Amino acid sequence: MTKNKRDLSQWFFLGPYILFFTAFIVIPVGAGILLSFTYFNAIEAPTFIGLSNYVSLITQDEVFMQKILPNTLTFALIVGPGGYILSFILAWSLAQVPKKIRTVLALIIYSPSMTAGVAMAVVWTIIFSGDQTGYLNSMLITMGVLLEPIQWLQSPEYLMKIMILVTLWGSMGVGFLAMLSGVLNINSEIYEAGYIDGIKNRFQEVIYITIPSMKPQMLFGAVMAVVGTFQAGAIGVALSGANPTPQYAGQLMVNHLEDFGFIRYEMGYAAAISVVLLIVVYAFSKVAWRLFGEKD
Amino acid sequence: MSAFHGTKMNPSKFHKSQLKFLVFLIPLAVFMALPIVYVFFHAFKPIDELFAYPPRFFVEKPTWQNFADLFGRANASGVPMSRYLFNSIVITLIVVFLTIIISTMAGYALSKKEFKLKKTIFEINTLALMFVPAAVAIPRYLIIDELGLINNFLVHILPLLAMPIGLFLVKQFIDQIPNELIEAAKLDGASDIHIFTKIIIPLVKPAIATIAILSFQLVWNSVESSTFYVNDEGLKTFSFYMSTLTSQATGNVVAGQGMAAAASLIMFVPNLIIFIVLQSQVMNTMAHSGIK
Repeated sequence: MTKNKRDLSQWFFLGPYILFFTAFIVIPVGAGILLSFTYFNAIEAPTFIGLSNYVSLITQDEVFMQKILPNTLTFALIVGPGGYILSFILAWSLAQVPKKIRTVLALIIYSPSMTAGVAMAVVWTIIFSGDQTGYLNSMLITMGVLLEPIQWLQSPEYLMKIMILVTLWGSMGVGFLAMLSGVLNINSEIYEAGYIDGIKNRFQEVIYITIPSMKPQMLFGAVMAVVGTFQAGAIGVALSGANPTPQYAGQLMVNHLEDFGFIRYEMGYAAAISVVLLIVVYAFSKVAWRLFGEKD
Repeated sequence: MSAFHGTKMNPSKFHKSQLKFLVFLIPLAVFMALPIVYVFFHAFKPIDELFAYPPRFFVEKPTWQNFADLFGRANASGVPMSRYLFNSIVITLIVVFLTIIISTMAGYALSKKEFKLKKTIFEINTLALMFVPAAVAIPRYLIIDELGLINNFLVHILPLLAMPIGLFLVKQFIDQIPNELIEAAKLDGASDIHIFTKIIIPLVKPAIATIAILSFQLVWNSVESSTFYVNDEGLKTFSFYMSTLTSQATGNVVAGQGMAAAASLIMFVPNLIIFIVLQSQVMNTMAHSGIK
């Protein structure tokens, strides 16, 4: 078939995707940015108020500055790189054992990310339940570590730590699977060449051969880790059963956004929070691209 | 040179030197699996075991009572549980099927067609990968409202059809199909649709398996559409119904516990089955997609 100037067949194939992509992703993102410059209570029409939302977010929202921003950064900086490094270590270790054992172990390690959402919170709320029938409390009391049950999920002191634990536990998702196949896929001749060039131990092997050879998978995993970390916001609310979480201890930007948007109906303000969140995610993702992206 | 470790990757059989990995992998896997094993046992516990003190991990007198209660309560509340399940199953099947078709078609165009906006579209899609769904929840709500989709069954389906990560994966995959193959088919007089169904789809089956798993997990576990966009109980999904069983707002924490346990199991099992069935395909996808 000769190249025809009027060949528009690509739009036939792209059409459906672009239609839904535009309607439910591109337009909402655009509308969100516009809404962030308005006052909007979801009942009356939005009124334009310029940068006020951003100004109050930065200067007047004490909760945002004192709790939510530090919480989000703490959470993201521990869970993001933590989950990412953990995924790599696990994937690399799994590559060292025979296929049958590996398949079973990989399935189990991947399984928490399948229970994402509701089922996950149910299980963990029971384990950390605040009375003495809670598994953790009961275990610690029997062992004599505790005299009285601790309100794990309602206590500002523990909530964040539990959120980090639960999120790490569930973070072996697609990124982990990608890395696993990435490790397995490296040609063993590259290793042989590396040893001829003077690599002496496994640590050097990982740094100089394994990681560079699986850059695409590392990038994919990193982007998934960034996105996953910021999406995990729901976990604090799911665990403590309240939004805002007790004394804002586990409040993340996603929760703050939901608090203003769907509980207080200050949509314009919530939109401003979401724009800030988008910028944060984008900035973090850029770092990932910088580290692992390949220029094409 | 004496210490050549590289060939120990992907070993074909067990060797003593692997023990050091298994020493931490197995306990870790046990820890990862604990809550899942727990979901299984918990679903079959009678009420006295659910609240036993000290709590027991394993079930002693397994019972189907929780499942019976679950169906019974739902029936009593006016909307039978089968209705929620039916909604979820129909929604899931449609979404998974259409997502695959739509992403594969778009991937084909972006990979094998030459046109002006190609790079831009793929770039926007890659950016979209990074967007956090909650961040666009509010404007998305307004769009859905504008489109008149509130309280419409389609609201469970339409917003999930464009899956940036699906397109990303499948495009990379189609990139690896040699252009010569497609040229040859064109010389033989094959139409675009023919090339797409007879060449592209069979060759990217592993990528399709991955999209199937991801999209299945997304839609099956999603409570968003039922929570925000649907008021009519009869149009809500099973995952939403399940989330109401334990919500502390209903004040039904004690009675709900057993039913919630049974419901968690019903929610979880399809995920497990889908993954087991498609997992070897997934490993393949990732290995050959060469995301670069």
